[in-house]
Amino acid sequence: MDNTEKKLLEVKDLRVSFFTPAGEVKAVGGISYDLGCGEVMGIVGESGSGKSVEAYSIMGLLQSPGKVIGGSISFEGEDVLAYDKDQMLDFRGKKVSMIFQNPMTSLNPVYTIGNQLAEALRTHNKGISPAQANGKAMEMLTLVGINNVGKRMKQYPHEFSGGMRQRVMIAMGLICSPKLLIADEPTTALDVTIQAQILELMKELQKKTGMGIIFITHNLGVVAEICDKVSVMYAGKIIEQGKVDDIFYKPGHPYTIGLLRSMPRVDAEAYERLIPIDGTPVDMLNPPDGCPFAPRCEHCMQICLTKMPPYIALGEDHRSACWLRVQEKLNGGEGQNNG
Amino acid sequence: MDERVLLQVQNLRKYFPVKGVKGPGVQAVQDVSLEIKKGETLGLVGESGCGKTTLGRTILRLYEPTAGRIIYDGKTIYDSGGFELPAPDKDGKSLPGQDGKPQVHKSKKTAPDMLPFRRKMQIIFQDPSASLDPRMTVGEIIGEAVDIHKLASSKTERTEIIKSLLSSVGLNTEHANRFPHEFSGGQQQRVGVARALAVKPEFIVCDEPISALDVSIQSQIVNMLEDMQNALGLTYLFIAHDLSVVRHISNRIGVMYLGSLVELAESYELNKHPLHPYTKTLLSAIPVPDPEKSRARSRIVLEGDIPSPMNPPAGCRFHTRCPYAKPICSEQTPEFKEYNKGHRAACHILN
Repeated sequence: MDNTEKKLLEVKDLRVSFFTPAGEVKAVGGISYDLGCGEVMGIVGESGSGKSVEAYSIMGLLQSPGKVIGGSISFEGEDVLAYDKDQMLDFRGKKVSMIFQNPMTSLNPVYTIGNQLAEALRTHNKGISPAQANGKAMEMLTLVGINNVGKRMKQYPHEFSGGMRQRVMIAMGLICSPKLLIADEPTTALDVTIQAQILELMKELQKKTGMGIIFITHNLGVVAEICDKVSVMYAGKIIEQGKVDDIFYKPGHPYTIGLLRSMPRVDAEAYERLIPIDGTPVDMLNPPDGCPFAPRCEHCMQICLTKMPPYIALGEDHRSACWLRVQEKLNGGEGQNNG
Repeated sequence: MDERVLLQVQNLRKYFPVKGVKGPGVQAVQDVSLEIKKGETLGLVGESGCGKTTLGRTILRLYEPTAGRIIYDGKTIYDSGGFELPAPDKDGKSLPGQDGKPQVHKSKKTAPDMLPFRRKMQIIFQDPSASLDPRMTVGEIIGEAVDIHKLASSKTERTEIIKSLLSSVGLNTEHANRFPHEFSGGQQQRVGVARALAVKPEFIVCDEPISALDVSIQSQIVNMLEDMQNALGLTYLFIAHDLSVVRHISNRIGVMYLGSLVELAESYELNKHPLHPYTKTLLSAIPVPDPEKSRARSRIVLEGDIPSPMNPPAGCRFHTRCPYAKPICSEQTPEFKEYNKGHRAACHILN
């Protein structure tokens, strides 16, 4: 990709906490990444790893008791966290839009599809006439592969199947031509054959519009298919980051290695026993000191339990936070351990 | 695994009537026939709404079948009647008829009490938090099954059974006094497994037992199920929509579409040489966690959505979305027959 020098989104040391009666939950504990125009970045992690919270903070959709307590988010050089309410309204939907996991709960059941699509457009373009808005809405529905658009515009969400609803959500997300689309588990609720349709559609639309996409998922197969680069999150931290090939072929963090190893191989010729990651996910109310993955890590050392490791560069745009890699670096070994 | 057939299902049918709608209602399972050998794992895959869960539950008669016949370990647990069976003599051998073929008689409708079979046939559900009573402790949940089937002669024995079950699924014995909400999803599913194992069953329907779990936990549960099978000689019907996991755990796999079984073969045979167009699509739709392979391959993308099981297409139920559909496909239901050894499929194009 040649247009990636210009940074579309830069997130620096973002920290988000939820102040619950039981104590502070550091849902996102200082993450940094950037995204170029037209890049597709995957954020992978288990439930509770903070991947959705991170996306909600970019969109300004965090709700009490959640709060951004540090760091910065800049979009095309502007500080998003400093936006006032009106600026945020203008930013959200027009420059950045988001699609969610469950399309049924994100569509309003009492308005027609056409009405909801046109609303998104009219909110951001006050001058547009209803006829123009309708025309654009129909154009978008056609673009996302919905047939019989005239009739479909007058239908309600319950008259659409799950895959069709997700298409509508994508049409709605893209109707104002945003530069960034955040997709939060957009295919998780769908069947594999429908997931394949939606992934093909998103790839095609990304090529057509040149928008950047942040794709949040726990499915590594989906990541391999659609993403240029990947951030792997664990317990609110990005523990590894790199180009998609680096993450899959030269993983540097034991968690990434473990995840890849725990899945049944697609091309397995005969039975091979799975190698799971032992233990249970982190209790975010009482996270361990040091590296959050340490209690489950087979290579856990003394230092892992007390101090969070720094990022170590493993290659161009490939970094990982693990004491093992720090140790390798100190020993002068540049080689990577693929586990 | 031996060659003895543990469970045999013939032309099983389950319709759910719909209020205010004429006709049979939702045709969730349509004439499914299969058999499961003792000690094997039969995987069942298909999209949501294809009837795989309904089939699993109907086999256990958690749903009463609409028609068909289910034989478990040689005993009929359901028969809607009218099946042609060989007429046996006193020794159980079939009697020769006049034309040399075995004599047949029509089976009678039977639906015996399931309680004795419940001890042998168990189920593990998809959502562990929804399938465990929030007001019972883990010990009570597991102990309930022991009580119903009177498996413990004394209180001490009951406690011992619960303790040994908990440790066999990788939980601590102190966990018996805790409530389900105090456990993580993976641990709750371990409780679900312990409950199913409490009655020392032979056959377990695993209904999407790992779909609700995190990726790093899924493989733990899969390995545990495999260990249990090896240790106790269990037979599984493993239902899931994730074909890669099903292929890993199963000896054979059945593919369902809209209530019908469209293909049945050994796991790696199905993977390498799928026959039915729907199986091919399903295989190509799975995202491969390997960027290079993902870029290299081409994918068959199905048009449209799965039709309503209330009004399924005539003939082959897949013909509305099938890229190879011919006129005959919309007229005749294809026969489910064997094409290679142990590899059955229902498709007109294969003829």
